[in-house]
Amino acid sequence: MLYKRLFNDPSWGFSKAFSELDRLHREMDALYGALSGGAFPMPSAGVFPLINLTEDNENYYLRAELPGMKSDELDIQVTGEGISISGERKISEEGNTVKYHRRERESGKFSRLINFPGKVDVNIVEASMENGVLSVTIPKSKAAKPRQITVK
Amino acid sequence: MSNKGSKNLQVKPKQELTSPAEQTRPGSIFTPNVDIFETDHDITLLADMPGVSTENLTIDLRENVLTLTGEVAPFEGANEEDILIEYEIGKYYRQFNLSSVIDQSKIDAKLNDGVLRLTLPKVEEATPRRIEVKTG
Repeated sequence: MLYKRLFNDPSWGFSKAFSELDRLHREMDALYGALSGGAFPMPSAGVFPLINLTEDNENYYLRAELPGMKSDELDIQVTGEGISISGERKISEEGNTVKYHRRERESGKFSRLINFPGKVDVNIVEASMENGVLSVTIPKSKAAKPRQITVK
Repeated sequence: MSNKGSKNLQVKPKQELTSPAEQTRPGSIFTPNVDIFETDHDITLLADMPGVSTENLTIDLRENVLTLTGEVAPFEGANEEDILIEYEIGKYYRQFNLSSVIDQSKIDAKLNDGVLRLTLPKVEEATPRRIEVKTG
């Protein structure tokens, strides 16, 4: 559990202290992958769905790939510090008469919690689903936004 | 754990395509996950291609080789800085050799919520027919 919390908390250091190490790690993996012919894994908490979190001065932006899911099948809850995304991906049955050649797509339940590096404003969170990609825009709280100081 | 009946979804990292030929344009290429099943009359293919819109999807069938290509537009705004990046985006590409002869005029493709559903009807001759064996 401790492991999960550490890795679900982006403020823990993926971006800052460990970015150089992370870069090196990725390069090593890429090199190894090139030698062995395999794909290299991205750093991840190992919890579905995989998440990309970015920020600008105003907002945090969270994105996740959830192909085949509708917005009403997702349960998104935001607190002052984090966001939880849960739901169930269903794959419809095709009947007994079909013969499967390949089954790579998977169904199941998922639940993921992510902590933001700073405080957020929970009242004006916007979420949308487009082409199976979830985007959530979470405004930073006033206290957490960088403020420009003009020198007189 | 509160899961009744259904299992929990496991993380499945995107499979990067390792092709012997290099692309002229840089960028990652991924192979989409697919389900393929067959009935007596058609072959259906379902492919997960999150981020691909109908304009950016190309389906090509020639000489029994089916090629799926999907372009994904970058999602990030210009001023955004990465905090946590767990997946990369890139083009989707996958090729299949089809064993049956497909009726090209009746192919049906639908793209909903990032999932492609492609129905490939077999030509009449390819649908199995029972051959009666007579004696004498």
